[in-house]
Amino acid sequence: MTWQIILGIWMSGVVIASFVYMPATQGLGEMGRIIVYHVPAAWIAVLAYLMAMINSIHYLRKREIRYDRQAQINAELGTVFCILATFTGAIWSRGAWGAYWNWDPRQTSIAVLLMIYAAYFVLRSAISDSDMRARLSAVYAILAFLTVPFLVFIVPRVYYTLHPDLELVNLAERTFEMDRQMLVVFLASVFGVSGLYLWLYNIQKRLENLYYKKATKRGF
Amino acid sequence: MATSSFPWLSRGLAVLRKDLRIEFRTRYAYSALLMFAVTTLVTVSFSVGGFMSGPEMTDIAAALLWIILFFSAMAGLSRTFVQEEESGTVIALKMAAEPEPVYIGKYLFNVVLLFSLTVLVVPLFVVMLNLSVKLVGGFLATVFLGAMGLAGASTILAAIVAKAGAKGSLMTVLAFPILLPLLLGAISATRTALGGGPPGAINTDLLMLFFYNGVALAASLLLFEYVWNE
Repeated sequence: MTWQIILGIWMSGVVIASFVYMPATQGLGEMGRIIVYHVPAAWIAVLAYLMAMINSIHYLRKREIRYDRQAQINAELGTVFCILATFTGAIWSRGAWGAYWNWDPRQTSIAVLLMIYAAYFVLRSAISDSDMRARLSAVYAILAFLTVPFLVFIVPRVYYTLHPDLELVNLAERTFEMDRQMLVVFLASVFGVSGLYLWLYNIQKRLENLYYKKATKRGF
Repeated sequence: MATSSFPWLSRGLAVLRKDLRIEFRTRYAYSALLMFAVTTLVTVSFSVGGFMSGPEMTDIAAALLWIILFFSAMAGLSRTFVQEEESGTVIALKMAAEPEPVYIGKYLFNVVLLFSLTVLVVPLFVVMLNLSVKLVGGFLATVFLGAMGLAGASTILAAIVAKAGAKGSLMTVLAFPILLPLLLGAISATRTALGGGPPGAINTDLLMLFFYNGVALAASLLLFEYVWNE
């Protein structure tokens, strides 16, 4: 219980700090504050999808149904954070470029990512036998994640995009590129959003386990 | 041609020959592909063909070619596995070979199907829309790699869809997001090939198509046995 309260206070602190403590960015101005919300959501979405792929691989190797439940939960959470990232991205796009959506390669690739995982859920709903559903959706989750590095990391660097690059660390000179105050709030947000993801995952996992126990008790 | 030093290849080719022979009897899948492609082509050419020219035309034509090929693939490529389920020969095929040669045979069958489609559709496309192809080699390479990529990703998805009961448009829903990187690369490359560009401009896209093919084939070979075997 205590760590959830701490997380709540932490995230509130992050939200307040992003408006009060963090300086406006150079070049992007006040709109740059959205970096505190947009980037962690995108990172956690990719992390959740990665975990869904890992759970799918575990399922295919060990055939324990709990891995399928975990894969589904991770795909759901990944989609939630991906929608948040798309939404905050669209808001930023309106502020910086004047339109909510203009098919910039980054925006296109996040839309495709959402479509991939929507297809994952469509596939799950089309199969009624739980073992076959687990097996086929595990294969699809692995295939789906193979496109993620391509869409998220390669497309924006190959095709010309207006999306700003994140200058966090300059590896060559071993310094932080980002302004100190901004860096602090940003890293705090990453930490908080990760905590949020873990909390949601924990709740969902316990809930799905209870549903499963109830269903098997009834002899389903 | 069948070598026993590559058993997967020789068995895969045997599956390919079986599928080609069955397909040749009725030509059902091929007709489905061809009818869809020609109908779409005629419709668009009728409305748009005579009235546009120049750079807008190459942009639209590039997208159009891949729309036609993609939806034709969705219409026709799932036949390989669905027909096995319908005629009840799945178990016989499972007993006859390991999963990987079966996949190789089905993949090659889809490639052959799609190639025979593109051989007919692409010249018709260029003629009906009055296009002049600036980079012929690049255009041919794009169509070749793109068609192989379509077949590569669609084959394992066809297997998934056939196992899931082949309901409605499940194939399109599953395939579209997975194929989108391929389509984006192919459309971009076709646009450069049709409209011309600085030398080497098409190379990035062609490389991307090539690697997409490699990744799709490798991932499908690894994952197919989990789809095929219970």
